[in-house]
Amino acid sequence: MARTDPARHPDLEAALAEPFRHPMNLRRKLAWAGGAAAVVAYPLVFQEPYLQHVMIMIFIYALMAQGWNVLAGYCGQVSLGHAVFFGIGAYSSAFLFTEFQISPWLGMVVGVMVSILIAIGIGFPTFRLQGHYFAIATLVIGEIGQTIFLNWEWVGGATGIWIPVTREHPWLNFQFHASKLPNYYISLGFLVAACAIVSWMERSKLGLYFRAIREEPEAARSLGINITGYKLLAISISAAFTSIAGTLFTQYIFVIDPETVFPLLLSILVVLMTMLGGAGRLMGPITGAAVLLPISEISRIYLGGTGGSVDLMVYGVMIVLISILSPGGLVSIVERLAGRGDHA
Amino acid sequence: MLEVSGLTKKFGGLVANQDISFSVEKGTILGLIGPNGAGKSTLFDLITGFQRSDAGTVVFDGQPLQRLRADQINRKGIARTFQKLKPFLQMTVLENVMVGVVQHSSNLKKARQESLAALHFVGLLEKRGDHAGALSTGQRKRLELARAMATRPRLLLMDEVTGGVDQRSIPGLIELMQRLRDDGMTLIVIEHNMQVLMSLADKVVALHLGRKIAEGKPNEIQSHPEVIESYLGAAYA
Repeated sequence: MARTDPARHPDLEAALAEPFRHPMNLRRKLAWAGGAAAVVAYPLVFQEPYLQHVMIMIFIYALMAQGWNVLAGYCGQVSLGHAVFFGIGAYSSAFLFTEFQISPWLGMVVGVMVSILIAIGIGFPTFRLQGHYFAIATLVIGEIGQTIFLNWEWVGGATGIWIPVTREHPWLNFQFHASKLPNYYISLGFLVAACAIVSWMERSKLGLYFRAIREEPEAARSLGINITGYKLLAISISAAFTSIAGTLFTQYIFVIDPETVFPLLLSILVVLMTMLGGAGRLMGPITGAAVLLPISEISRIYLGGTGGSVDLMVYGVMIVLISILSPGGLVSIVERLAGRGDHA
Repeated sequence: MLEVSGLTKKFGGLVANQDISFSVEKGTILGLIGPNGAGKSTLFDLITGFQRSDAGTVVFDGQPLQRLRADQINRKGIARTFQKLKPFLQMTVLENVMVGVVQHSSNLKKARQESLAALHFVGLLEKRGDHAGALSTGQRKRLELARAMATRPRLLLMDEVTGGVDQRSIPGLIELMQRLRDDGMTLIVIEHNMQVLMSLADKVVALHLGRKIAEGKPNEIQSHPEVIESYLGAAYA
């Protein structure tokens, strides 16, 4: 502000001279590099399909949870119907390939576009709702999505879609049957890209605006922020990430039906993962997915079927504990242990 | 610079603002007084787009504002503070101000420097790294002022500048407003403390039960019979 002080005060000079962002110290750099190397090397070391499968599922769910994190964690708009975007992403690639032999990569793009359109269609009327009413509206929309696909015969109704197996052009057709490695690295790649976008967002005007809208929407408006416009942007980014996760899921599992890709449980699961890991934090969704998914897989192994929903009971207990002990999520526990305090 | 004419707002049967008209000259401070429920904050909401008026016009530098949204009005050059303070609690003091600054410079490095200068101006520089939730009421008022100033307004509306602030902090806040005016800013301030207005305002508008009952220089308003009556009752007028 030019109007302030022509003669600068030493305190101000000192503050201006501080580095804009604290550079990472060596220990953190090494930790990141080590983590990255471990994730890349993991499927080469652990070759059992099951161990690779768990990681792929973590990547897909973490991507979806990161999508939810953008809208709810950063921008403060809690959605309980995010399975809609997952389902649209899953069905777009499956349907276009099965009916018209269109590459799932194009199907992914179509899914993202349809999801964004629907996100804006949901957001435009519902962002006028305050607080919990938005969450309730999205809950209903999630159920509507599932009901539509259950009864829509053209896309397979309750049976869903079985994607015809082909061994030609695996990259073009996004079908890998010989090894899980391509699915592993593709899913990882999308997750890393999503995190890069969120990391950039955190350090930009967009991140400041999203958080301002979360904290005090009225104050945000008074500072010139078109809050409806920015909320629509948040839900669009969020829907895009979630839709891509849906396509990645389809091209890995090859069988989808409304019960698998549209359930309320899925919408709730991404909420739990993000809350457990740390909402509004870059690494929150990943941490949450990495903790919760193995629990559900283990309970499935030892109890059979769907695991007798023991996983959900464990999730419930964990969420209660985390909200009492560390409302900032697991990420902030890790930070406290590492002695870094808040991410200033 | 600002022309308000015939502004009216009703909530059901309650008339919050009835046919309010006044104007503000560039580089002056207009004081707005009136007992609780006089319609001062509603008038702020109407001018800044937080509520829609039922009738009347607000013209700012020749442009009508009454159909614009709050965020658009801010970008036209009018900023406000709130009676009930609204800091971004989970963000740092510096980030609070940066939210305002980035409207003009998306480069966060520059935005940070401008924000630090604004914090220095309001005397909150040493608090820059704290969460806004850790500030006292007086500090939050200063923060809200810095944040509003950060959007580079030409007209600033301040609701209850000294209300709820400890006595020691009041002179500092007054001095801040005087410095803003001396720098060419135009201000409208809601203020109950007549002493404050005497030393600050160039003109005072008095409201009572939604109507304008007086307008004039601070000393004229102070001795205006209707104003005294509205505050103290007919016996003292």
